[in-house]
Amino acid sequence: MVENRPFLNFLTHLVLILGVLMVVFPVYLAFIASTHGPTDFMSGIVPLLPGDQFSANYGYLLGTGESTAGAPPFLLMLGNSLAMAIMIAVGKIAISIISAFAIVYFRFPLRVPAFWLIFMTLMLPVEVRILPTYKVVADLGMLNSYSGLVIPVIASATATFLFRQFFLTVPEEMMEAARVDGAGPMKFFRDILLPLSRTNIAALFIIMFIYGWNQYLWPMLITTEPHYYTVVMGIKRLANVLDGDNQWNLVMAGVILAGLPPVLVIIFMQRLFVKGLVETEK
Amino acid sequence: MQTKRTVFQSRVLPYFLLAPQLIITLIFFVWPAAQAIWQSFLRQDPFGLKATFVWFANYTRLLDDPDYLNALGATFVFSVGVTVLSMGLSLMFAVAVNRVLRSGRFYTTLLVWPYAVAPAAAGLLWWFMFNPSVGIIPYLLSSFGYEWNHRLHTGDAMVLIIIAAAWKQISYNFLFFVAGLQSVPQSLSEAAAIDGAGPFKRFWTVVFPLLSPTTFFLAVINITYAMFDTFGIVDATTSGGPSQSTNILVYKVYADGFIGLNLGPSAAQSVILMLIVVVLTVVQFRWIERKVQY
Amino acid sequence: MASIDVESVGKVYTGGVRAVSDIRLNIADGEFIVLVGPSGCGKSTLLRMIAGLETISEGEVKIGARVVNEVEPADRDIAMVFQNYALYPHMTVYNNLAYGLKNRGTPKAEIDARVAEAARMLEITQYLERKPRALSGGQRQRVAMGRAIVRKPAAFLFDEPLSNLDAKLRVSMRGEIKRLQRRLGTTSIYVTHDQLEAMTLADRLVVLNGGRIEQIGAPLEVYHAPASTFVASFIGSPAMNLVKGELHGDKLAIGPAMIALNGFAPTSGAVTIGVRAEDLRIAREDEEALPFRLEYTEELGAQRLIHGTVGDQQITAAVSPEIALSPDMRIAIDAKRLHFFSIDTGKRLPGNVPAEAKLAPAEPVL
Repeated sequence: MVENRPFLNFLTHLVLILGVLMVVFPVYLAFIASTHGPTDFMSGIVPLLPGDQFSANYGYLLGTGESTAGAPPFLLMLGNSLAMAIMIAVGKIAISIISAFAIVYFRFPLRVPAFWLIFMTLMLPVEVRILPTYKVVADLGMLNSYSGLVIPVIASATATFLFRQFFLTVPEEMMEAARVDGAGPMKFFRDILLPLSRTNIAALFIIMFIYGWNQYLWPMLITTEPHYYTVVMGIKRLANVLDGDNQWNLVMAGVILAGLPPVLVIIFMQRLFVKGLVETEK
Repeated sequence: MQTKRTVFQSRVLPYFLLAPQLIITLIFFVWPAAQAIWQSFLRQDPFGLKATFVWFANYTRLLDDPDYLNALGATFVFSVGVTVLSMGLSLMFAVAVNRVLRSGRFYTTLLVWPYAVAPAAAGLLWWFMFNPSVGIIPYLLSSFGYEWNHRLHTGDAMVLIIIAAAWKQISYNFLFFVAGLQSVPQSLSEAAAIDGAGPFKRFWTVVFPLLSPTTFFLAVINITYAMFDTFGIVDATTSGGPSQSTNILVYKVYADGFIGLNLGPSAAQSVILMLIVVVLTVVQFRWIERKVQY
Repeated sequence: MASIDVESVGKVYTGGVRAVSDIRLNIADGEFIVLVGPSGCGKSTLLRMIAGLETISEGEVKIGARVVNEVEPADRDIAMVFQNYALYPHMTVYNNLAYGLKNRGTPKAEIDARVAEAARMLEITQYLERKPRALSGGQRQRVAMGRAIVRKPAAFLFDEPLSNLDAKLRVSMRGEIKRLQRRLGTTSIYVTHDQLEAMTLADRLVVLNGGRIEQIGAPLEVYHAPASTFVASFIGSPAMNLVKGELHGDKLAIGPAMIALNGFAPTSGAVTIGVRAEDLRIAREDEEALPFRLEYTEELGAQRLIHGTVGDQQITAAVSPEIALSPDMRIAIDAKRLHFFSIDTGKRLPGNVPAEAKLAPAEPVL
């Protein structure tokens, strides 16, 4: 629309700049804090400009960590988080895409009940069935293991729905042409459907990676050996102990380390991220 | 339910394809949920040796328990607070981004990343901002004569977790509002402009009503988020205190079950939470059905 | 190369909806058959049953001498061209053409040779490394044809392959399909709802309505001797005029007007009369004719269509644009050119068949 209202334009940018400040400032402050030594907080107010302890703080956390505080070296925890996030994302995508394939491209007696069973997982977030789920995992001997961290959370109704929705939009003739071309179900799945789903898989991977990385309650429950700790639960343990000591520099360095990987993923893959987010909720 | 008009003929293959998902669902979702429902009707003796079937006694006791009622109230205040604060700010940013053409992408990038920050990390960021001894906000507030202390003042603690939870959810709401705004046809705004409506009037009388499906959808999603995905925020900051003021339902069910080891009452709490999720999910999917008919 | 025999085939969907009934059709080796009819007439269902994409509820389909009811589409030795082309979007043109051959374990060298040959025939050689997305509608259509050709199947099945193209391209691709089919001599079944496409392509066309065959015949036969009022109104543009009339001995009454039939009356009593627009002309002053009230005209260039009423019935006539029109015109009919249909069943009444209906199709002079 041809419209030029200088005041409105000014207001628009003002709102956006305030918004960006609101979003960025806590992280800026955390980063600043993470570059100072512990004594810099004694004055009673956080510094607003970077200090000189950047490498000392981050080096200490990454390499040594606060084992007494239940926070082993961050490198280990970051590795665990990365492994868990990737396994959760890959697992969710793998089992969802084959479920959706079965539901869309086959007709069989238990199709509709199976769909509803998958749908039900939406209504049972881990937070509401913690205790019995914990017991099942314990009975199966999966405490303190990667399989225990990953398998119980990789059923995914949202991913299944997304793929089902996408498969329904793939033209009917694609499968018919493939059949005339002599492709059986698994060949069609591998040669045609998987390559066509590439963008959806990538978008979903980002969403599920972030979901996996940010798991908190579940790893906290089922890991008691520091060897399996993930970074998101690690920072909380760190904070619990160091808060009393006013070691905010280390806590904030931990927060930055825990938050950075998924944030980088979003910033560098913004387009796929937005697609994944908007489409999984449809 | 829909399939393709032609399907592959195979008796066993679809079951193999569904097996991993269904087995995990049955073992880790359905079975524990059934256990929770069953346990919610039982009461264990103090040594955990014997359980008696007590019908709805766990539920009635729960609803008479002032702590539980307090948790319900805290959850309500928290959910509404998070939803209103986060959606209000997001709508403002979305409208603004929708107005600027060239720099829109730049601002978007700077606004969307908090989505990726773990709830526990978001909680700690604001815990630090509001820290009574070193935080910057209490420092600023004290110059207005307000002594902020979320370790002592129940209101302060609630405000803290609301802000942390809303901050993290801004990106999500923002993206959906932007998508919603972009689907409002430009021609409608132009028609309103020709009818003599100024920019603010145009927004409130034309654009905002057309956004109502998005707004409603986001309201449901935000309530769900505030009720179930904020465990990390509470656990990393207030741990339900001071004096239970931030003990929201998901936190209480964890605390009672794992720390207090009250199986029956904890299971009853789980079942109530499940019912809440069921209602929210049904509302959300009813909304999707309506949207399809547009 | 193979003949195709469709023997008493019917289709009932789960839920009991009947789509196709009792289709009997024998297709000779190398023949070009067009299935034509309005949407929902069962033509696509029939084609898809022959392809093996729909199960056959009743009867048998034979390709060559083999009953294929239970045979997978890939093993029926057919190739199909789809309406939306169904090209695999992530594969290059080359891979689209080669996919079916690879699945059959054809040696690489032979795949290369066959793809090259098909590409040359269709003039798509320079696009072999492109993805379908980078092609125009006409080029995609050619790739879809190519995918069928490389397989050297016993039969081509076309499911409305031209309906996604614009009008001009449709005409030229129509010619191309005919030329290719003549050259390869492959048995072809072609589904369309466009009667002009059906007329121009078919050796024989099969007119379907409500899941049943109305008529099977060469294009000229169907045009000049339609077997029913449905065929009469469906084939030909403008559609054949159909009016109510009454036979009194050798006289035909249409509304208040009477004309002599000179011995062409097949029966007596009420009948439906059919007459093509081009078989009507403006009457001279002195001849027996029908009073015609002109409503509007359409100019087609070579012809002028005049629309109006005789009594209370709509009539369209095609006349030369050079003839002057007047409000009190009358329309003359040659009794030899009338078609008579039963007023109850709509079937053609036995009697005169125009000589043109028996004309042999014009074969190309090679």
